[in-house]
Amino acid sequence: MTELGNIRNFSIIAHIDHGKSTLADRLIQFTGGLTEREMSAQVLDNMDIEKERGITIKAQTVRLNYTAKNGETYELNLMDTPGHVDFAYEVSRSLAACEGALLVVDAAQGVEAQTLANVYQSIEHDHEIVPVINKIDLPAAEPEQVKTEIEDIIGIDASEAVLASAKSGIGIEEILEQIVAKIPPPAGDRDAPLKAMLVDSWYDPYLGVVILVRVMDGAIKKGLNVKFMQGGTEHLIDRVGCFTPKRTDLPELGPGEIGFITAQIKEVEQAKVGDTITTVKNGATKALAGYKEVQPVVFCGLFPVDANDFDKLRESIGKLRLNDASFSFEMESSAALGFGFRCGFLGLLHLEIIQERLSREYDLDLITTAPSVVYRIDLAASRTDEAREIYLHNPADYPDQNRIKVIEEPWIKATIYTPDEYLGSILKLCQDRRGVQINLTYVGGRAQVTYELPLNEVVFDFYDRLKSISRGYASFDYEQIGLREGDLVKMSILVNNEPVDALSMIVHRGVAEERGRGMCERLKDLIPRHLFKIPIQAAIGGKVIARETISAMRKDVTAKCYGGDITRKKKLLEKQKKGKARMREYGNVSIPQEAFIAALRMGEE
Amino acid sequence: MALALYIHWPFCLKKCPYCDFNSHVRAEVDTGIWEQALLADMAFEAEVTGRQQLGSIFFGGGTPSLMPPALVEKLIRRASELWDFAPDIEITLEANPSSVEAARFADLAVAGINRTSLGLQSLDDKALKFLGRLHDASEGIAALEVAQNHFDRVSFDLIYARPEQTMAQWQSELGTALAFGTGHLSLYQLTIEPGTRFATDFRQGKFQLPDEDLASDLYAMTRTRTRTAGLPAYEISNHARPGEESRHNLTYWHYGDYAGIGPGAHGRRGGVATQRHRKPENYLKAATDQGHGISEERTLPPPEQAAEALMMGLRLAEGIDAPALARRFGLREGSVVDQARADLCTKLGLIAREGDRLRVTGRGMVVLDSVLAEIAGPDLMDTP
Ligand SMILES: Nc1nc2c(ncn2[C@@H]2O[C@H](COP(=O)(O)OP(=O)(O)OP(=O)(O)O)[C@@H](O)[C@H]2O)c(=O)[nH]1
Ligand code: SF4
Ligand SMILES: [Mg+2]
Repeated sequence: MTELGNIRNFSIIAHIDHGKSTLADRLIQFTGGLTEREMSAQVLDNMDIEKERGITIKAQTVRLNYTAKNGETYELNLMDTPGHVDFAYEVSRSLAACEGALLVVDAAQGVEAQTLANVYQSIEHDHEIVPVINKIDLPAAEPEQVKTEIEDIIGIDASEAVLASAKSGIGIEEILEQIVAKIPPPAGDRDAPLKAMLVDSWYDPYLGVVILVRVMDGAIKKGLNVKFMQGGTEHLIDRVGCFTPKRTDLPELGPGEIGFITAQIKEVEQAKVGDTITTVKNGATKALAGYKEVQPVVFCGLFPVDANDFDKLRESIGKLRLNDASFSFEMESSAALGFGFRCGFLGLLHLEIIQERLSREYDLDLITTAPSVVYRIDLAASRTDEAREIYLHNPADYPDQNRIKVIEEPWIKATIYTPDEYLGSILKLCQDRRGVQINLTYVGGRAQVTYELPLNEVVFDFYDRLKSISRGYASFDYEQIGLREGDLVKMSILVNNEPVDALSMIVHRGVAEERGRGMCERLKDLIPRHLFKIPIQAAIGGKVIARETISAMRKDVTAKCYGGDITRKKKLLEKQKKGKARMREYGNVSIPQEAFIAALRMGEE
Repeated sequence: MALALYIHWPFCLKKCPYCDFNSHVRAEVDTGIWEQALLADMAFEAEVTGRQQLGSIFFGGGTPSLMPPALVEKLIRRASELWDFAPDIEITLEANPSSVEAARFADLAVAGINRTSLGLQSLDDKALKFLGRLHDASEGIAALEVAQNHFDRVSFDLIYARPEQTMAQWQSELGTALAFGTGHLSLYQLTIEPGTRFATDFRQGKFQLPDEDLASDLYAMTRTRTRTAGLPAYEISNHARPGEESRHNLTYWHYGDYAGIGPGAHGRRGGVATQRHRKPENYLKAATDQGHGISEERTLPPPEQAAEALMMGLRLAEGIDAPALARRFGLREGSVVDQARADLCTKLGLIAREGDRLRVTGRGMVVLDSVLAEIAGPDLMDTP
């Protein structure tokens, strides 16, 4: 156990891509956690998806031992967090386990939406914030201006901000010194009853469920019988340790420390994030505050391409959900797609990532239906049913239009930061998406606009568009502001005259035609030519509002085929057959699964 | 059905940029050693097939017209000792239409070759150059005349749907080709095969191919023109005056038994698929050390055989007898042909059914790969 005075717990927070994970690399290296040879770029991003996309999805905690210039050795618990808005809940959990934060700001990009969102959360936790201006090696770096931004926009003192380059290793020691000097040590009482916060839990194939804890009072050690205060279960601790980032066993975790425990728990369900762990005997009586529940905002259906995979899908979703409590799922059945699940996500990136993990880690071929939000509808009475209120998660359940008295959709307040050269196109984008401008201010060469927007316009592909029109410079954050009535209708898509329910969506009447046209055009490119021509239509009720035609395939033949070629030719046929098996059939048309998601991405408008 | 024998000669003077056959360029070829190897390999096949009637021999390549006629003769003689020649046995040799090779046609005819297939490829000098051929149009045409003088039956190959080729250009080239009066023509659309030089050039945008629509129109026109000229397509790319079809190739398409010897040769005999070592040197070593050149031999499960038979059979204008094909491999007809899909394709005019016969129409032929993927029965593909 380390003396409280020699412990520092901190999160690294920033906007996406400002260099948190790279900075974590340098800190690990500097303090000797890993040798040069063991190091890899963004070593804490250990999921395949994280490596490939170069982003952090899950927060990670490592313990570093640092001997400061004052001669004292400190235990530093570093928590690297994701920057993307969809994973903000990972940040908030980490923040709750720390006393301070390293606020990383890209010297070329300056303060962005997630910088603010995260730093305000950190301030709410009464954290000491150590600003770090990163990427000063970049030619476009403007550290002085960024300092001003930090002071003007966020309102914290940036005069001592460390000028750093995580890439070239500049400023690393200075950061460590400031952590030791500025971030307060944790408080805690070793003799009080055990109180530990369950920060995170995940399933490890070798160890079973691994639980990340922050000990507040008391100590946790092997052989101790503990109780999860909310879950109500009791467990015997069989392993205690920390990550350096290598897994290292420890005799115990004392007050103020962060580390992991295992207790022969088989299911993560039993180790709910936010729970308080105490001893069975003489335990604490009052639990810690816990975390705010996260609410999924984007919903879509996930169906197995092969109906026989339903059980496997159920099992896999269950397993994923164990490591990611932020998405919800319930069974759903669809005429065309069979059995599947209606899932709720924190955003589109989250949706994409879960889908990718399911197909990658669990080897499932999935169909994803159009993302939608939750609508509130007042239904008039019908002959068989009384007037009532429903919450619609799925366009497929859209009721008879004539019965709808009022339909309401969720709205958000979006804050966008952008260099002012892109402002014009951004305002147009917001306007096109039925946005209502609330505020517009300038700070330096940057603009901050606030818009109220219907969430269903945002789940579509707002974020992608925003990034592309601003060349990645604009940043975006949002909060929900409740339901508002809207003139909404259900738009169906018909392929070869059959409705494809996975592609139907609820849209505002004013933009339906344009949406429908865009959708038909994209599907035309996404669906391969068939042996016959395929009409694609968008319709509201019985009325067709847009149409395209895919012409019939004209040539597909192996010209030369003698004896020797049979084997090769058969492989081709097998491949074609397999390809078909992975698609969905509507009116004899095979639609590739990529088409379902890709169709929703709006092209250039 | 009589057995067919394929003999592969893997050497060429130069590798053509579109070619993905098992062909190799070697400065020196020791024909003595090759003779020993091929004879041993042939004897081995005869051992396995037993004494049967042999309906055809095909010397393919590579460029078998580079083989010394004496070697060709020895191979034919040995085959006649190992099997019983059908009275009308067809013995084909693929030849390059160069003056050097034309000079050997007389000897080859004496050696026993009674049919030749000439790799003319085009009648246009610019196109021949693009295709990397060593002969020009007039040399090719001269070689064709020599061949027609020496062999009973002559066929030649042309490659069309070339970059920048128009309907009019191909129509006139095809007209010239038909005027030579051969009883057989192989007309292939240019395709880009992986691993060839054209694959690289094409990827780098050095040339473009006719688009799907033009390619399809070219194909339709080819069928009409050849039909009018009395050489209808009896297979996707093969045209013959009735009775002049390549009997050897028909064995493949009827999924009859064939023994294949020489580097990279494939064989199908009694439900067993064989493949020879592809690389000439490896083949030689294997044939010398183990007495045959086989690198892989596999017994095909009946559904796999049925899949192959279906794929090959539908290439023919005559199509297949679906129930008979299913019976041949002990399967239900429904597992060979997906009936619902076949109905759909029939409605679309891509296949036609008359009694038990199922055949692909002219419109269907040009999209045969997709038609196959539609109608191949559900149980055919469960093979490794
Ligand atoms: N030039 C330069 N590039 C840097 C520096 N630090 C990080 N980068 C690059 O910036 C990109 C993002 O770095 P990450 O460390 O993954 O950023 P992050 O903040 O962890 O990103 P998220 O976890 O996705 O929010 C990578 O390509 C890094 O190589 C730096 O100091 N200088
Ligand atoms: S001559 Fe024939 S086998 Fe030889 S490389 Fe050319 S096309 Fe291929
Ligand atoms: Mg990161």
